[in-house]
This record gives sequence, structure tokens and C-alpha cells, in this order.
Amino acid sequence: MKLPVYLDYSATTPVDPRVAQKMIPYLTEFFGNAASRSHAFGWKAEAAVDEARGHVAALIGADPKEIVWTSGATEGNNLAIKGAAQFYKTKGKHLVTQKTEHKATLDTMRELERQGFECTYLEVEENGLVDLKKFEAALRPDTILASIMMVNNEIGVIQPVAEIGEICRARGIILHCDAVQAAGKLPIDLATLKVDLLTITAHKMYGPKGIGALYVRRKPRVRIEPQIHGGGHERGFRSGTLATHQIVGFGEAARIAKLEMAADNERIRALRDRLLQGLSSMEEVVVNGDLERRIPGILNVSFNYVEGESLLMAIKDIAVSSGSACTSASLEPSYVLRALGRSDELAHSSIRFTLGKFTTAEEIDYAVKLVRDKVAKLRELSPLWEMYKDGVDLNSVQWAAH
Amino acid sequence: MAYSDKVIDHYENPRNVGSFDKADDAVGTGMVGAPACGDVMKLQIRVGKDGIIEDARFKTYGCGSAIASSSLVTEWVKGKRLDEAAAIRNTQIAQELSLPPVKIHCSILAEDAIKAAIADYRKKHGLEPQAAEAPQATVA
Repeated sequence: MKLPVYLDYSATTPVDPRVAQKMIPYLTEFFGNAASRSHAFGWKAEAAVDEARGHVAALIGADPKEIVWTSGATEGNNLAIKGAAQFYKTKGKHLVTQKTEHKATLDTMRELERQGFECTYLEVEENGLVDLKKFEAALRPDTILASIMMVNNEIGVIQPVAEIGEICRARGIILHCDAVQAAGKLPIDLATLKVDLLTITAHKMYGPKGIGALYVRRKPRVRIEPQIHGGGHERGFRSGTLATHQIVGFGEAARIAKLEMAADNERIRALRDRLLQGLSSMEEVVVNGDLERRIPGILNVSFNYVEGESLLMAIKDIAVSSGSACTSASLEPSYVLRALGRSDELAHSSIRFTLGKFTTAEEIDYAVKLVRDKVAKLRELSPLWEMYKDGVDLNSVQWAAH
Repeated sequence: MAYSDKVIDHYENPRNVGSFDKADDAVGTGMVGAPACGDVMKLQIRVGKDGIIEDARFKTYGCGSAIASSSLVTEWVKGKRLDEAAAIRNTQIAQELSLPPVKIHCSILAEDAIKAAIADYRKKHGLEPQAAEAPQATVA
């Protein structure tokens, strides 16, 4: 077993070696510009891009003509949300999203507010899910666009996107869905799912970084204003020379994911259960997010009375991430966990473990033992643990906040 | 984030971890910070009849720099008179541990913890509080 153990697959994944092999000739040998119509170099690149487009479309049940290549999910979310809001602005100025979206969505909404749009940021329930009645209640006659993610990147819960799609379609509201953490992990069928715009990216599914795709529905047709202007590539939605090798890699990653997703999920689910079992027998351990509606790969756990960053430092032989923001200039803990109504202590005490298709049982056993040992050690150091053990209610303490 | 060797040393081998009996007359207890901010320090001093700090203990909930700052000050206060211990400044702590700017608050908290512990001891002995007393957590 190699150290450190990688358990941060939601941040990014390694490129599958089969994907890397497929990409290499497109850097050196088949280097043509897919927009060159006048010679074989261009035709070869165009054929490779078309093949990849087919694989990506097939993964999400779309038509290849509905796929627009982007540089990744941040660009995809920007293009979808700004593009649709700006195109439909004469119909209304109200947008709806929810508080646990990725920053690429939230910051885009903030920018649109500066441009004169109005945005509602929905609260989520304690389990991290959007309540459909509250969603419906937030809609206004002038609502033009909603953006709800499929799978949350910090806690792994699956939002009721199908139901939200029905609500939006019935009212003629465009629905964008950030499916970055869902693609390649959950079956997605846009033939039945009433989502109009859907963002995915390659590097969360064993493809390369720097390439993503935005799905733009054709039936019924959805329009967006392009955000990058130039040569009119991608039917004018997104200009710029196509990164053939990246696209080929994304296509191969999508092809493999479609074939192997179900089997990978079963393995990952068993490993996740092994991890959860190993950790949950400790005292004062809380799983964040709904226990049923979740993808198997993400497990977010709070170790009460232990601060997340010091725990990360103690478990540096496993690569995970923390909801504690002690490393950033602000002292605010994870906004996602706060939106679930978790106390600041629990939010500061959280660790996100994300498993992937290369994770092994040996790695999980190593992680469990390491975390158990270090949590016990840090609790010996913790005045909060001591107070808890002495029966002091921490909510009754007047803290001297600084 | 890269930590200095001294932070890592104090973090991995923290000095003087533990607790004294809060009710003991010779003990002064300071608890500063808040869970919401991600750090809480409890620092205790045991003061001899001659007014010299004989021993110190700490427990800290917080990042590696917060743990290291409190571990360091337990070493520094030992053998000092109360007024000498009260003169320890956060800048000295930050310098000794090479704390980056984003971690300066950890050293400020450690300075506050010393002051709070001294204030608690002085109060127990009916002494006037000294100037610039640090705010301290109280159990309702």
C-alpha cells in the first residue's frame, strides 16, 4: 500500500490509464485542428471529437448535438446560468437556487444579482435535501431559471431533481443542474429527466482536468447567450479551438463509466460501509447528510470536540478534506454543513472521505485505524471533550468569542 | 499549509497536557476562545507561596498552531512571577513558532489564556485585577 492514501476523489480523480493511453496520440500524431475543414489532419481531429461527443451524450441519455464542450464545470455553470438568465431576461428577472450549491453556482448568482436579477437561495432540510413544497413556494410569476445540483460535493446527498424538473417544466421555468458529482456515478437519462441545462466535467470521472461539457436541450429548445465569443465553434455557444486530446480523454472516460459504473458502485458501497462501520462505533461521531439518498463514494463525518484542521494534520497519511475553514482567512466553517443546521463545533469537526474505483479494503482499514487513534489522542487534548465528559452542557457556556 | 518544524514538534509532542483541580486555591484557570471560531484554549497555572508559577497545564481544541501556541506558553510561564508571565506577548509566541499571518490569532489567544489564568488566580486571592484583562468563558 502506498502512502498517503488518496481518499479525496470528490476533489479530483486520477486519469484512468486506458484514458491516458487513448489521449496520447492526439497530442503528438493527430494534432490537427478540428475546425480545419480543408485537410486530413482536421478531419481526423473532427472525427475523434465526434466520437467522444457520442460517448458523453450516451452517458447522460442525450443527443450528441446537445453537448457543448467547456473548460470544466465552473465554466459550464457560468455559461448555463448567465447564458439562460441573459437570454430570457425579458421574460422575468427572478432566479432560484439553494444554499448548498457549489461556489461556481452561488457566485454566478451573486454576479447576476449585481446585474439586476433577483435570486432566492433556498434553505435545505437537516438531511441536506431540498423540500419540494418550499421549492415550489419560492417560485414567482417572473421566475425564469432554477439551478439545483444533482449530488452535493461535500456530503454526497442526491437532490430530487426529477421532481423539481416536473415542477419547472409545468411552469415554463428553465432548470439547470450541476451534475458534476453525479455523472459516472448515477445513471442519468435526459430523455426522461426534465432538465434543460446540465453541467458535467471529466476530472471527477477519471478523465483529464480542463475539459467539461454543458448539455443544452434541443426539445423543447433552450437558448443561451454565449459568454465567450470568437470563431463560432460549438454552434456559437462556446468559441475557441477544441482541445482534441482532452475531449478524446473525456469521451473514453464516459464510455468506460457507462460500462463499469454499476460494478464500481457496488465495490465502493461495500468499502464505504466498511469505513462507516469502523468509525461509527466511536463516541460522538455524526454522519452529515441523508443516510439513504446519497451516492456511495462520499462520506462526511463530524468527530465532535475535535477540530478538523488539527485532525487533518494528524492524519496526513490519508488525503481527505475538512469542513473546517481554519486554513482560510475567514474563521467560518463549511457553509454547506452550516446550511444543514449543524452547530459550529460539528461543522469545524468534519472530515470528508471520498472513495473511488481505485480504493482498496486495505486502504480503508488503514484509514479507520489511523483516524480512531488520532481522534482519541486529540480528544485527550480537547477542553471541550473534557467538559462533555464532565457533563457540562456546552450550550450553557458563555464563550468569549474573538 | 506548511507548518514550521517547531509547530509540528509541539503538535506531535505537546508539553504539559492535562488539568489541575480548578477549586484548588493555588490554581488559576483561564479558558478563552469559542467553539464557533474553531478554537478554545484552557490554560492552568499552579502558583507557589512565593508567587512563582510552579507548574502549568493546558488543553486546546483548535488547529495545529493553536495547540502549539498553548503548549509553548505552558513551558514559558513555568518559573516566572505572575507579572513576568503577564508580560508575555503574542508577537513573541508567533515569532518563536514562525506562525504565518493567518495563524496570528492563535498566538493572541495563547496570550489571552495566560492573562485569564492569572486574573482567575488573583481573584481567588482577593487581589485587584490588573489592566487589560482578557475576556474569559464562563459556565452558566
